[in-house]
Amino acid sequence: MIVTNNLIKSYGGVSVLNLPDLNIPKGQSFGLVGNNGAGKTTFFSLLLDLIQPTKGFLTMNNIRVHESEDWKPFTSAFIDESFLIGYLTPEEYFYFIGDLRGQNKADIDTYLAQFEELFNGEILGKKKYLRDLSKGNQKKAGIVAAFIGHPEIIILDEPFANLDPTTQIRLKKMLRELSDNRDITVLISSHDLMHVTEVCERIVVLEKGEIVKDLATSEATLRELEQHFAG
Amino acid sequence: MNIFLVFMALYFMATFLVLGLAMYPLLKKIYPDNDPFVMFNGLLFYWIIADLLMRFFFQKLPVMSVKPLLTLPIKRKNVVHFVLGKSALSFFNFLPLFAYIPFSIMLIGNDYPAGQILPWLAGLIIFVLIINFLNFIIESIASETELPFLPVMLVAGGLFALNYFEILSISDLISKAFLGISNNPFFLIVPILVLAILYWTNFKTLKKKLYIDNSLQSKKEEAKTTNLAWTKKFGDIAPFMQLDIKLILRNKRSKSSVWMLVIGLLYGLFFYPNPIYQDMEWFFVFIGIFVTGIFLINFGQFIPAWDSSYYKLLMSQNLKYERYLKSKYSLMIMSVVIMFVLSIPYVYFGWKILLAHFAAAVYNVGVNSYVILWGGSFNRKKIDLDQRAAFNFQGTGAVQWLIGIPLMLIPMIIFAIFYFTLGFQVGIGVIIAMGLIGIMFHQKIMKFITSQYMKSKHKMIEAFSQDS
Repeated sequence: MIVTNNLIKSYGGVSVLNLPDLNIPKGQSFGLVGNNGAGKTTFFSLLLDLIQPTKGFLTMNNIRVHESEDWKPFTSAFIDESFLIGYLTPEEYFYFIGDLRGQNKADIDTYLAQFEELFNGEILGKKKYLRDLSKGNQKKAGIVAAFIGHPEIIILDEPFANLDPTTQIRLKKMLRELSDNRDITVLISSHDLMHVTEVCERIVVLEKGEIVKDLATSEATLRELEQHFAG
Repeated sequence: MNIFLVFMALYFMATFLVLGLAMYPLLKKIYPDNDPFVMFNGLLFYWIIADLLMRFFFQKLPVMSVKPLLTLPIKRKNVVHFVLGKSALSFFNFLPLFAYIPFSIMLIGNDYPAGQILPWLAGLIIFVLIINFLNFIIESIASETELPFLPVMLVAGGLFALNYFEILSISDLISKAFLGISNNPFFLIVPILVLAILYWTNFKTLKKKLYIDNSLQSKKEEAKTTNLAWTKKFGDIAPFMQLDIKLILRNKRSKSSVWMLVIGLLYGLFFYPNPIYQDMEWFFVFIGIFVTGIFLINFGQFIPAWDSSYYKLLMSQNLKYERYLKSKYSLMIMSVVIMFVLSIPYVYFGWKILLAHFAAAVYNVGVNSYVILWGGSFNRKKIDLDQRAAFNFQGTGAVQWLIGIPLMLIPMIIFAIFYFTLGFQVGIGVIIAMGLIGIMFHQKIMKFITSQYMKSKHKMIEAFSQDS
């Protein structure tokens, strides 16, 4: 599904990401961990063609991301608050994203109904613009919007940060359900080792832009990761 | 932008310096029988009004710059003094000195007693500071109203009207006051007292407002859901049009474009009723471009920066650039048509004006709209739509008008050339033809513009994610 080919991103001659041959098969739930500056967001930005690779390329469904736009219909992401439109209400935002992804109002309404529990009555029908919601609620709206329109690849950067404990648990449940669906590839980055081991079946540790560990999640993974980061 | 501001500052400094040096001989020439010093005092009122208006639009209290200070162990009182003190060092306060000081030197050089002129100059300088602090009070009131221009217009207009209709001759009053100061320096105590009161008022207001949760954070307004069902007619660009309309109506920064429509529409009234301009037919096209294109210029020049805060979303979502640009284009065209229709009553001042406006509207649709869209692909400056706080209203900057100049001047020049050589009708014909050619090549031009945007996509994303 996602394949990197000698992918290198460097700034001013300093390499910040070097992924010679990372291969993420279809349907995998993929976790990316690493300290600040490890290259997690850089990788996600490359996936979305928000920055250009210095060398090499990456493909999604055999489409070279920085050469064609055809990956857009099946890819969806929530990286940070720049994926929200602050002056819209959450409903308007969902409808707008729905419009872009070929979903009409009724589709979106049905789709949103399943998130009632997650939203906890704080998002829909509150007569508030997204910019006036709390950070956590903004994040919820952004993540839910990323699932609109049956994307095949979903990219979430730090989805657990800023969320309250209840929502974290609910989000984990949601993501686990998604990973049961073998058509959807989910990519998650996180600083929280526990969350990521609970949700992802494969975990890659980045350090200064290079892969230092590539683990299939098992009972021992969390301990191994903790030992690794304890240094 | 910064180079531009420096350039503007130097330009104004030079202008004021020349004004200060030329004032004395100029007044002497225009009013040979009167004392230039007395005449200048008579003009001070208008000077002050102009100063106040200019400050309102361009100067703001440097209140956001102290946000980091609030959490430091510095007394709140001192932070407020710091903000106010900093404002006293503003460029706007030094600018008048470039005129006042040379004028004073000229006066002394022309045998006015220094003992009179120096206290008078001191009075003027204090008055500059009075305007400085008065402006912030007006701005703080303005930022709380829906129509932020209204208070300053009311104050300036009210003073002007009182003076003009001689209900209260303020210009006389001010003139007498300053002459009084020059005769008896003791009167300086009055402006000093006024200044102290204004400073104190500012201090009080600001001290109350200077909390993270208050003036330094934007107010939360109740969301109004709008249907905008009529945009559905536009087919696949409807979602973007809805987005753009919401963008304009819901953000302080862009709301001023709507307010500008009114100013633009009335702009013709400055010229057409005046018999002098009745014969300046070559000038009609300029006004026509301005009247029908005010929204186009105001809104268009910040494409795509309007969307800078969520540009990454747009760039990674499932959408075609072309649709995005087409929506912006349609919105601008609609505004031109609406403005033209609303400007039809100008026909009262002559049918040629209507014709000129029509030609200008066609030119706006067929040429200016593309130029401004294309120009947008060079846009690398983020706009903070949410930027809003008390004492922090800034709707339109000077840069806006600079970009507008070629858009208005070029058609005027082209029209003028044909007007003076081949006559009015030919000139109008040429302008319309230019517009029509642009409309004919719509698909091709849009394709080109889209490719320009695609090319600068990554540069734009990078620029828009910088926190300015």
